[in-house]
Amino acid sequence: MATLDDFGPAEKPYKPPVVAPGHTPATVTDKISAVVLAGAPKWWYAAFGVSFFLLMIFMMAVTKLLLEGVGIWGINQPSGWGFDIINFVWWIGIGHAGTLISAILLLLRQEWRTSINRFAEAMTLFAVACAGMYPVLHTGRPWLAYWLLPYPNTMGLWPQFRSPLVWDVFAVSTYATVSLMFWYVGLVPDLATLRDRAKHKLAKIAYGVPAMGWRGSAKHWHNYETAYLLLAGLSTPLVLSVHTVVSFDFAIGIIPGWHATIFPPYFVAGAIYAGFAMVLTLALPLRAAFGLHDFITERHLQNMAKVMLATGLIVVYGYAMEFFFAWYSGNHYEAFMAVNRVLGPYKWHWLALIVCNAIVPQLLWIRKIRSSTFWLFFVSMFINVGMWLERFIIIPVSLSRDFLPSSWGMYHGTIWDWATFIGTMGLFLSLLFLFVRLLPMISIFEMRTLVPDATKGASSKEVAQ
Amino acid sequence: MSSTPHARPSIFGLMAEFHTAEELIEAAHQVHAAGFRHVDTYTPYPIEEIAHALDLPRSKVPLIVLGGGITGGIAGYLLQYWTSVIEYPMNIGGRPFHSWPAFIVPTFEMTILFAALSAVLGMFALNGLPQPYHPAFNVPRFALASRDRYFLVIEARDPKFNLDETRRLLLDLHASEVSEVAH
Repeated sequence: MATLDDFGPAEKPYKPPVVAPGHTPATVTDKISAVVLAGAPKWWYAAFGVSFFLLMIFMMAVTKLLLEGVGIWGINQPSGWGFDIINFVWWIGIGHAGTLISAILLLLRQEWRTSINRFAEAMTLFAVACAGMYPVLHTGRPWLAYWLLPYPNTMGLWPQFRSPLVWDVFAVSTYATVSLMFWYVGLVPDLATLRDRAKHKLAKIAYGVPAMGWRGSAKHWHNYETAYLLLAGLSTPLVLSVHTVVSFDFAIGIIPGWHATIFPPYFVAGAIYAGFAMVLTLALPLRAAFGLHDFITERHLQNMAKVMLATGLIVVYGYAMEFFFAWYSGNHYEAFMAVNRVLGPYKWHWLALIVCNAIVPQLLWIRKIRSSTFWLFFVSMFINVGMWLERFIIIPVSLSRDFLPSSWGMYHGTIWDWATFIGTMGLFLSLLFLFVRLLPMISIFEMRTLVPDATKGASSKEVAQ
Repeated sequence: MSSTPHARPSIFGLMAEFHTAEELIEAAHQVHAAGFRHVDTYTPYPIEEIAHALDLPRSKVPLIVLGGGITGGIAGYLLQYWTSVIEYPMNIGGRPFHSWPAFIVPTFEMTILFAALSAVLGMFALNGLPQPYHPAFNVPRFALASRDRYFLVIEARDPKFNLDETRRLLLDLHASEVSEVAH
């Protein structure tokens, strides 16, 4: 009987290394901590300045909103949901790649994740912060947003737990909390490194306090590794549940185009698709600016491109299934929804969606494109736009043409919708630039496990096993 | 283990520095075999082998997380049951007050939230962090423990500790440097 061995050793295709050769724990530590400790390059001030300007647009839009109410947005009957929910779903989807990289790829023992996980987790946190703005602002009276939480109050009211919107409150706030803790726990040993490297007394204190006296004790690492692995195990079902619950916001409703069982997996795949596109959008320029080519190698770019291609195909399958359901259900309104998407008043949005999400990403089949920074950036930008359009197609396009033609109406974002959207990009980028300036954007202690020891040839990982 | 004031040793212990993880693992094995029990190592990254060498007990973190998760799940479900059935019953589209399928999502989220909180807080509590002061930081070279050096400390309160003999043992184990750690 033939066994696998009879075929001889399989020819393995060439894989670029996860870390460029020649690095040791010392060089990894010095190189990554230098980005933080060496002082900001000039371009950083310019980049942060632009982001901060956009953040001020956000502040202006919010001030106007608080003065006049949600009437300044384009939402009205029949489209009670518009940019607020589109952008909420867009941002929260972007966040999902961070958790996928930090938790799921950790459990799958994908070592290449190490050099991008810290950065991707930060992206998750900031994206969730931006996402959280929309439902809170959409309440119209954000200072009363705590009413969403169950707490004993003098009004004698309690949340209505049969509503997917209340589920969303639980899912998103748990996601934000757990992501923050996961990120912080990962940071503690690196904060200790910065405390030990920092020259200035103030910097020593600033890094020393959050490092909490971490000293790399064997007893500490022992509990730390267990806790980190458990957090990864807990984050994995959590991240899948968050976008599932987000999709329930729609799927539990009866609006044509929303009430579909395919929504949860299709939303989760879309979230990962969008998230990896955003990781690439941000990582490619930062890698060039800080000269991190040794740590974020061609291997990372190729792998991320492959994940995008795979999840992108799932998303396209989702689009196809929506049309199939519309026909197979025999439901008049569902069928009209499908026709309305392609030929209705928003047909150009739909066409753009297909170009961005279904056609352009097919370039990723080509290996040359998967390893070219320019083309990856190009494709990622299309996906960023495409995933925003996808939510636009789902939300206002269905709402503006529901069951009764007498209640039809068009939806457009107003200037304040756009100001809020661009403003949250400012919030996101401001936080991101502060992060790369103040904290190590690559996990230093995990990188040390990937490189050979200073004096001997063996990789630290081999020693540990 | 508490030590009475008069028995307090004059130093915290001896710190040996190693250049490679292999040397440290070997040293940890030898020191443990020699009968020392108040031993700790300090490394720039986690090394699983050290836990075996020092014969560290199983981490209690998983048990704490299990407890946290169960508490969160039960608390989450009871919160919904109590509010929806007892405290504030409301007829929503004719659904029963105890509409348990709708309660699954918040129950799940609360389970994860409590489990994750107990993982983080439990880990820090078991490690005794935050700890603003520790004698190991009195050795200037100890700053390299967060870069590329591997340290092993034998505490003076260990019954087998003897300043000269222990120092000799550590040097025999190829420590590049052995320094006294002040309290």
